[in-house]
Amino acid sequence: MNKTSPQNAPVETPLAVRPWLAARALCQREIVRFVRQRNRVFGALGQPLVFWVLFSAGLDRSFRLSPAGQGGQSFQAYYFPGTLVLVLLFTAIFATISIIEDRREGFLQSVLVSPTPRWAMVLGKVLGGSLLAMFQALIFCLLALTLSVSIEWPALLGLVAFLFLTALALTSLGFVLAWRMESTQGFHAIMNLFLMPMWLLSGAFFPVPSATGAGILHWVMRLNPLTYGVGGVRHLLLGGGQPAANLDTAALFWTPSLAACWSITILFALLAYAAAWAIAGQRTAGDRL
Amino acid sequence: MSAGSQSVALRVAEVRFRYGSHVALRGVSFEVGSGEVFAFLGPNGSGKTTLFRLLSTLIPLQEGRVEILGRDIRSQLQRVRASIGVVFQAPSLDIKLTVRENIHHQGALYGMSGELLRGRCREVLAELGLEDRADHRVETLSGGLKRRVELAKGLLHHPRLLLMDEPSTGLDPGARSDLWRFLQTLRQEQGITVLLTTHLLEEADRADRIAILDAGKLVALDSPHALRAALGGDCLTIETAEPEALAAEMQARFSLAARVVEGSLRLETTDGPAQIQELTAAFGERIRSLRLGKPTLEDVFIEKTGRRFWQTAESPDE
Repeated sequence: MNKTSPQNAPVETPLAVRPWLAARALCQREIVRFVRQRNRVFGALGQPLVFWVLFSAGLDRSFRLSPAGQGGQSFQAYYFPGTLVLVLLFTAIFATISIIEDRREGFLQSVLVSPTPRWAMVLGKVLGGSLLAMFQALIFCLLALTLSVSIEWPALLGLVAFLFLTALALTSLGFVLAWRMESTQGFHAIMNLFLMPMWLLSGAFFPVPSATGAGILHWVMRLNPLTYGVGGVRHLLLGGGQPAANLDTAALFWTPSLAACWSITILFALLAYAAAWAIAGQRTAGDRL
Repeated sequence: MSAGSQSVALRVAEVRFRYGSHVALRGVSFEVGSGEVFAFLGPNGSGKTTLFRLLSTLIPLQEGRVEILGRDIRSQLQRVRASIGVVFQAPSLDIKLTVRENIHHQGALYGMSGELLRGRCREVLAELGLEDRADHRVETLSGGLKRRVELAKGLLHHPRLLLMDEPSTGLDPGARSDLWRFLQTLRQEQGITVLLTTHLLEEADRADRIAILDAGKLVALDSPHALRAALGGDCLTIETAEPEALAAEMQARFSLAARVVEGSLRLETTDGPAQIQELTAAFGERIRSLRLGKPTLEDVFIEKTGRRFWQTAESPDE
């Protein structure tokens, strides 16, 4: 142990900062915390499951894009990709609510005064949340077996990657919304006023109408980046089972192409992550005493 | 002052800070020598918490200059962060994780991993007597143990300067003296500079030097002994059934400026014994008891600010 006091010259920093190590530790922490709080597992999987079962039971008869048995899709099958995205959304929301808890419980302050760069902090937090969301969605995917969907291996890998990107986008978005919040109640308001409508208007629950039919709704849904998340999952999971694939209904509905789904979801994830980094990088006077 | 005080661990020059229209610091300047145990003393709202947050790098500097261990806090932020340890008043532990997991996590934030981290973790846990708690979840620990884990976290990366916000809040007297013994050891064995904020007069008394803050300004800066000595003379505390009336009479008859502090009368005097004779002769049967003592830090605070230290109902730890 060096017992002599340092002179005026700066002492050498004993350790170099390793952002990736810090990000990995933060990411691991998210997962450990999640596993130790079982109610979060039920919260994120349970509600979408209940929605899916109940809505499917209730709406199946009135929802036929074309007569059943002639290439028409059951609501159960139509609604499944949307439910999957809802699982992602809920897990992402729970993950980002934990930022508010981290702040309130004081954990965050020790991360903020550490030499770890902010991008690594955001990465660890968002990556942890995204991995959790993706795994929950994959568990939920097992239900797809009941839909007698046959999915090829390449498509499955594509689906995993796509779910991860969508989760990354949603978790980053949640991070941006939660960063400045002081209470989880505030976040619930945001969730009901912003995130749920975003999901409802993503083609998860009903298809995007064509521009001629309902112009405003069409454009709102078409400009919603989550529309491409839901659309991509539907492409990858149900393949040709798109509503627009059916000639009768092609004129009524609009469907994004798979290429558009990939590119816009990648863009969405990048922009949301950049926004999360930017907002976390600002140092402010913080809350009052 | 300690031997290492020729070198400067902290230099604060003309620091001002405002939250919107509220001014929290109004131009504060001082230096702390390396190896010192230095306390910021002040009531709530004095600006000491703001100062702590600035020095911990939690909030950005608005005006003035701060140098920690010879590094400018603005231009060398990351290096400053790597060289200081911070212990917050509000716990910064993840209660869902075990003690060891918390420490390992902290290590990763400071670039430590593998054998270095495991070894250092064992060391700090041993130093703070936490070995047998290493695998307990933090949520199961008492307040005193949690504070020790906080300290272990703060010391993990061998900081040269340790910053603590109200370190003994929520600790019982036993744990409080353990903490102080530990801080003295740190200073003696490792030459670590310790900076702490406190609103406890008794705690400030144990520091090498104290900066007294009031309404965002530094009102006094010296060793506790020197601050008390500067008041000179004696401090008389008189218990009586009618403090206000007696104070008024003492003012009228002897021109004595006695203050009513929590139901008793206090006054500073150059010659205590003579004053006692005079007062007992004049008010004998109205005085219940009379105590003569040397000035306390509270007397110093009253002298410097013209106000009592305790404005709330909380009773002072004298």
